[in-house]
Amino acid sequence: MTAGPRTVVVPELSLVVLIGVSGSGKSTFARRHFAPTQVLSSDSCRGLVADDENDQSATPAAFALLHHIAGIRLRGGRLTVVDATNVKAEDRASLVRLAREHDVLPVAIVLDVPESECLARNALRPDRDLAPGVIRRQRADLRRGLRGLGREGFRKVHVLDGTEEIERAVVTYEKQYNDRREDTGPFDVVGDVHGCRAELEELLGALGYDLRRDEQGRAVDADHPAGRRAVFVGDLVDRGPDSPGVLRLVMGMVAAGHALCVPGNHEDKLVRALRGRNVQVTHGLERTLAQLEAEDEGFRREVEAFCSGLVSHYVLDGGALVVAHAGLEESLQGRSSARVRDFALYGETTGETDEFGLPVRHPWATRYHGRATVLYGHTPVPTPEWVNNTLCLDTGCVFGGRLTALRYPERELVGVAARQVYYEPARPFPPAGEAAPLTEARRRDDVLDVEDVLGKRVVETRLAGRVTVREENAAAAIEVMSRFAVAPEQLLHLPPTMSPSATSTRPGLLEHPAEAFAYYRTEGVAEVVCQEKHMGSRAVALVRRDGSGVLHTRTGRSCFGPGLTAAFLARLGDAVDGAGLFAELGTDWVLLDAELLPWSAKAGDLIRSQYAAVGAAARTALPAAVSALEQAAARGLEVADLLDRQRRRTADAEGFTGVYRRYCWPTDGLTGVALAPFQLLATAGTTHADRPHAWHLALADRLAEADPELVRGTRWLPVDVTDPASEAGATAWWEEMTATGGEGMVVKPAGNLTRGRRGVVQPGLKVRGREYLRLVYGPDYTEPQHLERLRERSLGRKRGLALREYALGLEGLERLARGEPLWRVHECVFAVLALESEPVDPRL
Amino acid sequence: MLVTLSTTHVPATDLGFLLHKNPARAQQVEVSTGTAHVFYPEADEHRCTVALLLEVDPIGLVRSARAGSAEGAALAQYVNDRPYAASSLLAVALGKAFASARRGVSRERPALVDVALPLEVHVPALSCRGGVDVAHRFLAPLGWRVEATAVPLDETFPEWGDSRYVDLRLTGELRLADALNHLYVALPVLDDARHHWIGTDEIDKLLRAGSGWLATHPDRDLITRRYLGHRTALARRAIERLAEVDDAAPEALDDATAPPVAAAGGPRTAEHEEDAGRPVPLALQRHGAVLAALRSAGAQRVVDLGCGAGAFLQALLAESAFTEVVGVDVSARALEVAARRLRLDRLPERQRARIRLLQSGLTYTDARLRGYDAAVLMEVVEHLDPDRLPALEHAVFGAAAPTTVVVTTPNVEYNVRFEGLAAGAFRHRDHRFEWTRQEFAGWAAAVGERHGYAVRLLGVGDDDPEVGTPTQLAVFTRRAAEVAA
Repeated sequence: MTAGPRTVVVPELSLVVLIGVSGSGKSTFARRHFAPTQVLSSDSCRGLVADDENDQSATPAAFALLHHIAGIRLRGGRLTVVDATNVKAEDRASLVRLAREHDVLPVAIVLDVPESECLARNALRPDRDLAPGVIRRQRADLRRGLRGLGREGFRKVHVLDGTEEIERAVVTYEKQYNDRREDTGPFDVVGDVHGCRAELEELLGALGYDLRRDEQGRAVDADHPAGRRAVFVGDLVDRGPDSPGVLRLVMGMVAAGHALCVPGNHEDKLVRALRGRNVQVTHGLERTLAQLEAEDEGFRREVEAFCSGLVSHYVLDGGALVVAHAGLEESLQGRSSARVRDFALYGETTGETDEFGLPVRHPWATRYHGRATVLYGHTPVPTPEWVNNTLCLDTGCVFGGRLTALRYPERELVGVAARQVYYEPARPFPPAGEAAPLTEARRRDDVLDVEDVLGKRVVETRLAGRVTVREENAAAAIEVMSRFAVAPEQLLHLPPTMSPSATSTRPGLLEHPAEAFAYYRTEGVAEVVCQEKHMGSRAVALVRRDGSGVLHTRTGRSCFGPGLTAAFLARLGDAVDGAGLFAELGTDWVLLDAELLPWSAKAGDLIRSQYAAVGAAARTALPAAVSALEQAAARGLEVADLLDRQRRRTADAEGFTGVYRRYCWPTDGLTGVALAPFQLLATAGTTHADRPHAWHLALADRLAEADPELVRGTRWLPVDVTDPASEAGATAWWEEMTATGGEGMVVKPAGNLTRGRRGVVQPGLKVRGREYLRLVYGPDYTEPQHLERLRERSLGRKRGLALREYALGLEGLERLARGEPLWRVHECVFAVLALESEPVDPRL
Repeated sequence: MLVTLSTTHVPATDLGFLLHKNPARAQQVEVSTGTAHVFYPEADEHRCTVALLLEVDPIGLVRSARAGSAEGAALAQYVNDRPYAASSLLAVALGKAFASARRGVSRERPALVDVALPLEVHVPALSCRGGVDVAHRFLAPLGWRVEATAVPLDETFPEWGDSRYVDLRLTGELRLADALNHLYVALPVLDDARHHWIGTDEIDKLLRAGSGWLATHPDRDLITRRYLGHRTALARRAIERLAEVDDAAPEALDDATAPPVAAAGGPRTAEHEEDAGRPVPLALQRHGAVLAALRSAGAQRVVDLGCGAGAFLQALLAESAFTEVVGVDVSARALEVAARRLRLDRLPERQRARIRLLQSGLTYTDARLRGYDAAVLMEVVEHLDPDRLPALEHAVFGAAAPTTVVVTTPNVEYNVRFEGLAAGAFRHRDHRFEWTRQEFAGWAAAVGERHGYAVRLLGVGDDDPEVGTPTQLAVFTRRAAEVAA
């Protein structure tokens, strides 16, 4: 007799508990049907803790280990199979508890094999020496427990009866009901309707849906010409004037595939009422029940079936969107348990009630740090406000507020006003438009947690994937960030480091434009721009229309004290306004990447303690050495070479001093201070990394025109790196600028953010002048014996770092533009600061 | 870098015999940092001058110090005064080039070794921390006439003032060996920079070079301390690099364990005060007052937020009523110092189990700090920019929410009573603000109101009828309803 395969259905995310006496073939079964990494066996755990898989005295420790690993796997959302006898109820109970703790389904697979068979198999295993009664006892335990497995909490129980059925078994996986990740929308997510059918019809109209009505004129479906679908966050019923009408429409849409719907607590309660359970008929349920009385029995049964069949929440759009009535913490998303359902329907309550007798809800959204956007309802708010990437869409329509929907992924709100107050709320509900009291949630959007920054961090970036921050770098960065940086809500960006061009082999030079041009040519970039490099201090300016903002350094410290900062920003704000940029860009603020001049304004201490000091020492010691050697030479000693070297070094020291002097001039208040902006990083709701540099530099010129004293333009030249004449022109320009100690130039892809052969290309390469580099490599680095060795510099690490920091910087700006919570932006800014403490040759 | 030494002893050319270096030839001595050249700019019967010129290899210098790797070094290691200014490197070259002379050995002129000769020493660019005065202080007691002129930083910017370099001329009648040993010790000591060559045998070297004069030198301790140099903790490097990114000196970002400005000058200045005869430092009075507040609250599990180098943790540990003590600081370096100071690695297990040190920023919420009996913010809030206070307030009173919070902060009104504290100056250079009694009371009341804490205000230290106590203290106690929640 040949039977077909015996199907064993297992949810994709579950804790599979194999149950069977010793020798029943659990390990063989596990090996055949699951990946080795999915299976945790008590035997191998015994081996791990005691070097002996059969050492029964190690059993408690082995199970502690097994539970620990299983816990870690389940937290990570991985199917886990436990290969142990599990014949005792108490052993199974601890596994069911483990599954529940991680909100996954426990599944039992029983291998029921006759005792004789097990005895025979054990006899074949020389390592196993079981007392004769053991198997009989295990089988007795097993049979005792078999019937109660469902009651024990196993959501699925598969009993495979005998060797033959075990042989035929095929494991198939079942998706979670809530897993609709493949469904990418677009969606229109609708807040709590509460029986407001007229407003719902109006809203669907406003969203572009075409309503379909039955012969009695009742709306029974709506579809969108562009194939959009509605997602209802629950609480369709109660309190309002026409809950049956709302249900009829939504049920029609869901049945036709035009909508999804998750249950609210009111649906939950309605189901229990319809099933005749004893529920308190309050909070508007009385109205729904009365309205349903007017419907026929068939409709009532459909309603009960519909509401009881709703899935607690949905995970949509590749995991980027979660819809649940009362919201859902990240650890519960995509999971299945009573706790998940309770949270999704009722939210997290503290067990207290407020002065209106309503339950006090835990503001879960304020602590939400998940990656998915969560859309929910449940608690009426006057206006929807994003909190940590979550949005409550219940705008209290039934209380006279509005019915609101969010277009996803566009994130546009569409709403219609309630036609009247249908139900008096227990807690006074402020009408929309009136200044909403600052909710706890709103205020906490700017709270940062130390877990956002400390320890080893991995930040996901669009441009460069996962960027890792090492623990020790984070430790240094948190100190600087906490003690010296401007407040995080003002610190929106830290500029990335920039790599120099590859090392030149030209005589007397370390850097030359040719290598920068060659780099971009190799990356397939034809058009580049050469920007004059102002030698000052890198600064980021956040300027608001009202003149507030910050001006900070590469580590986030304010460039000036409060008074001078305010004066500076007021002037800069006027310049931005004067150039018409606020209006033109439709923004109230601009974020500028710039160089602050002179160098001495901010780096004065360093210039004096380091550069001027080196110059002073050199210019004192070397002439004395020259004069002593001249005396010795006059006596006829053989010191000509040595003397010659000291003379050259004297000239080098003068050159060194001349370079830093160029970047120092006295300032008094704002007099003498200038800002040279070269890139507009972001404005309200948008970044500008994909705009060509010509656009940015033209903006800078307009700012310079608006306030020529405070703002300096940046000289630049477009270059075609496939045209030698164009290159030669730029090279001549660079030579002229650097001959007198100018810092040099930066070569950037003309189009700004550019992808090359292997991902994003360097956003810029600096090409520094020969004289300027004395400040970096020492006054006499140009001596041939020094230069030769200095050429052995390796750029790989710097290049990698530059790209990672660039990706992080842009990621932070993009998150800012999307209106993501502060911690998501801060995470990127912090990571840049941490990476800046990476050990990289500082001369690059 | 250059040093010259002349004598007018007749015949002056005997100097060559004493130094074992022939005045008729220029000679070279290889040292680890480069090449030392010995030559005689003048050498006749009446005057003989030897010059020691060390040509440092600046690139080799960094490479040897960092085992061939450029990664991780600070920029200052590449562009610095070492190739020019007279410092420890020159001392090493001097020690090697004139080794026998320094030991007082001369084959050709053994009798001259113990004779005090008329000597002149010229160091044109001596790195001298503390300037001309320190040079005098160190060298004059050794029998030198000292002529030291400060070198200006940059004559183009006279407002920048003098550099740390001194043009030094010494004249005196001394044994040559003594003169050389004086220089051997003086160069690194006056320079007072971090040498890369500090090793375990440095103490022996100092004792040998200093025999006969160091023990009686009035500044013996200073000399020893400076000679043995400063060690760089590895932990410091990451912060140094961040300072560099910012064109700032490392000290600007790394002052977590810096003493208060006002305490630096000794017992009569700001952070200390005297009552009738027996001064109790204000810091200890603060410890006492905070301990009293904690005892009165019956606290057992206590967090010291901003514990710094752990002075107060020590006081908490000493009392067994505190069953759990957690020290929190944003500075990893401060925590390292605290761990050393508390000898965490040597505490018996039971004691060790009572204490934990955590790095955390007080403007960030931190789940690890929830649920303690008491939190102490001793002289911490004034180190935060005022616009960060709401974040601190939320993290401490809203998120960590201990039953009791004890806050101390300076009373700025009292500052006028501190001698040696300039008018309008704060007590610590990192203080972002210092509050009057009214300002502190206002802040404390508002915080208590917002987070459901009752507030008691106390003073610590001498209570001046006009300006109050130097330190103000607030005890916040969570109201019963809040506790129940």
